[in-house]
Amino acid sequence: MALDKNQIAKRIAQELKSGYYVNLGIGIPTLVSNYVPEDLEVEFQSENGILGMGPFPFVGQEDPDLINAGKQTITALPGASFFDSATSFGMIRGQHIDLTVLGAMEVSEKGDIANWKIPGKLVKGMGGAMDLVASAKNIIVAMMQVNRSGESKLVSHCSLPLTGVACVKRIVTELAVFDIVKEGFLLVERAPGETIETIQNATAGTLIVPDQVPEMRFSL
Amino acid sequence: MITKTVRDVTVALQGIQNGMTVMVGGFGLSGIPENAIAELVRLGVKNLTCISNNAGIDDFGLGLLLQKKQINTMIASYVGENALFEQQMISGELKVTLTPQGTLAEKCRAAQMGIPAFYTPAGYGTEVAEGKETREFDGKHYVLETAYKADFALVKAWKGDEAGNLIFRGTSRNFNPLMCGAAQITVAEVEELLPVGALNPNEIHIPGIFVNRIFKGIQFEKRIEQRTVQSK
Repeated sequence: MALDKNQIAKRIAQELKSGYYVNLGIGIPTLVSNYVPEDLEVEFQSENGILGMGPFPFVGQEDPDLINAGKQTITALPGASFFDSATSFGMIRGQHIDLTVLGAMEVSEKGDIANWKIPGKLVKGMGGAMDLVASAKNIIVAMMQVNRSGESKLVSHCSLPLTGVACVKRIVTELAVFDIVKEGFLLVERAPGETIETIQNATAGTLIVPDQVPEMRFSL
Repeated sequence: MITKTVRDVTVALQGIQNGMTVMVGGFGLSGIPENAIAELVRLGVKNLTCISNNAGIDDFGLGLLLQKKQINTMIASYVGENALFEQQMISGELKVTLTPQGTLAEKCRAAQMGIPAFYTPAGYGTEVAEGKETREFDGKHYVLETAYKADFALVKAWKGDEAGNLIFRGTSRNFNPLMCGAAQITVAEVEELLPVGALNPNEIHIPGIFVNRIFKGIQFEKRIEQRTVQSK
């Protein structure tokens, strides 16, 4: 059974470790903060200038001076700090952030990522994504494996303009978890009930299938 | 004390002309200099080059200048949900230089701090690095990026005093402090303009030396772009 967006986020939350400072991108990555185990000490950074980001405010508590990088109203947790954008990207460039989770339009088997532009069609801009992927120690991509036209987003070579080169470490999709290794996409886990064949059909790049591929373990 | 106070936005923007390069603070609609933008619309200055992380939305922030076609070149990191921006960019009417957000911030800071250029890993191997010098340090590749040059910097702070000292609030800080002193003339608009001595020197984010003109904004709508809430 393919995962929905919340379940992808839930699986990525398993990658969090106590003591991690984490930057979450817009879209599925943002949902990861909903699934942090209570006993874990993690802090979320938003690159527009907050460390210690909390949940959405209650109705009536919204503050226009308190937003995340997706321009959503948020709250600040006890221990939070605010800073300017250069300091924020200093945290990123200086590798003080432990984990970055972001979305993608394409990921190549070399770990290249494209997520900011479809020439002639859609130009969103790279925002902070190029800085994040160029510097982060650990990058996980959260995305649907197949686009709306039914094409695989796990490719041999990206056809879209790149955001970063050889930087992605792990990918979590509705079908599986993959690691980028020298030979290509290494299949690490399957979504519950998904077959190797389904995953293979949804992967355009080189897929490496070990003898044993466990199912993801979490309560759905 | 050197006084930086000016009467209003009209005096604050004296000298702004067609074809100038203007830095504009804010992230999304948070911390944008609303009063200065309204004045630019009123003045009708044209062919501006704007350096700002975003270009507001269709009907607020720098979107107001896009509507009137006052911006010729936009330097930003994100187009996002601004349909007018995207449309003028794809049609070629608006020249756009998309720049990684951290690079944009650092190019402002470099201008402010008198650093002509710096190396950053952001954009290496992508079209952002095309035509730029690259260099390897300790096995990692970097792109040489240069400081911005601008005529005016328009920023917004929460509190300020007559000496031009500034304090920002929450995430409305963003690019505002980095643009102070990064242009020939820095104009700061504040919600509260206080006499000298009213601000604690330990808590000042930007010393007045980086600010040329300060005024109290007459209106701050502080529009929220994405109102997200949880129920009790």
